Amino acid sequence: MIEIENVRKSFGQLEVLKGINLTVPKGEVLTVIGGSGSGKSTLLTCINGLETIDSGRIVVDGTDVHAKGTDLNKLRRKLGIVFQQFNAFPHLTVLENVTLAPRKVLGLSKAEADAIAVKQLTHVGLGDKLKVYPSRLSGGQQQRMAIARALAMSPDYMLFDEVTSALDPQLVGEVLDTLRLLASEGMTMICVTHEMKFAREVSDRVAFFHKGVMAEIAPPDELFGAPKDPDLRQFLAATH
Amino acid sequence: MFNYTFHWNQALRALPQMLDGALVTLQIALLSMAIGLACAIALTLFRLSGNRILGGFATAWVEIARNTPALFQIYMAHFGLGNFGIHLSPYTALLVGIAFNNAGYLAENFRGALKAIPDTQTRAARSLGMTSLQAFRYIVLPQMLRIAFLPATNQMVWAILMTSLGVTVGMNTDLAGVTQELNARSFRTFEFFALAAVIYYVIAKAVTLAARLFAARMFRY
Repeated sequence: MIEIENVRKSFGQLEVLKGINLTVPKGEVLTVIGGSGSGKSTLLTCINGLETIDSGRIVVDGTDVHAKGTDLNKLRRKLGIVFQQFNAFPHLTVLENVTLAPRKVLGLSKAEADAIAVKQLTHVGLGDKLKVYPSRLSGGQQQRMAIARALAMSPDYMLFDEVTSALDPQLVGEVLDTLRLLASEGMTMICVTHEMKFAREVSDRVAFFHKGVMAEIAPPDELFGAPKDPDLRQFLAATH
Repeated sequence: MFNYTFHWNQALRALPQMLDGALVTLQIALLSMAIGLACAIALTLFRLSGNRILGGFATAWVEIARNTPALFQIYMAHFGLGNFGIHLSPYTALLVGIAFNNAGYLAENFRGALKAIPDTQTRAARSLGMTSLQAFRYIVLPQMLRIAFLPATNQMVWAILMTSLGVTVGMNTDLAGVTQELNARSFRTFEFFALAAVIYYVIAKAVTLAARLFAARMFRY
């Protein structure tokens, strides 16, 4: 379970998170929508400790992420994250991209790591690209590789930060299909996204962020069907 | 107006001697690169450390090495340090001078290479649970080496050519030194130096070619 309690975060003068309260139970698929600068991406990087917070608390399975003694490297093993920019490691093959962390962080043997990586890469449809360098892959393939790379650490939670925003329109579908697959398998996921149709279809709940505040959170039928927050209504009108 | 008779035989007879000199040249160049590399890594770390004294020291080194004549750097190592009672042989002074120069250029090269790698690479590595040291070792360093490799090759060629400055501090066993001595005995300046130039050229080209082949094998992405 991920518990977010009254989290505040500023970059200089700009307060990007103004007291967020949110609990994500195991097995839930939560999507987060909202305009640029609404703080939704920042929240994800705060959850895995890549960003610090100014006040409040984020607790993952009982571990306070931003407490002093917390071993973030250990915590991050259970929190997979995939970014908007795919961040493929260009000097490693697809297979090596995926096996590196299991070998160096989890201490698996090459054979063990290879077996996991082949399984995950096959899972995301890249089983035939093992020996290829990322520069030879399309954006969609690189993003699916990044998903496999995160999954190879057997995380309990997956965080997706606008993973289709940097893709050509015709490549968005293949990545969303991968996310759908994960959701159907019961992975706990928080997806920051601009894909409304996708959010509507896969989510257990959808959260709408506006100017650093979580303005509304509800099951998709309710949030899209009968939005209560005026800003959300405006946002939905503009994106449809 | 042009009645010079070439005496190539005289030069060619001295070829074995000159090739022995070329080996010394190559040895100094290689050693100066090894020392220069080690110093450049230290200088790069100093500059990254955030410590003002270490950072200032490294910056001063890089600035002097890159903006003063290599000849002066070698002179200082031999005659300059001599004034303070530190007497380096021509061989050592030449080695020290060139290594100093190499370190300055290589440190700047490393800094550029480091800057060229986006922070998001480290971020991605850290998000997979790697420590900052692991992220550097497995993600940043290999990419940095690729970017820095070809400019470092140029520095190696430059180091080979710089060894010829050794004649000014009395170096007489490297290719330039041997050639200079042969010239002093025979006054066949054109022939000896032309032949020496060809040998320098061949060494420099061979190093460049070897580096390209190595890079093609090492950096396949």
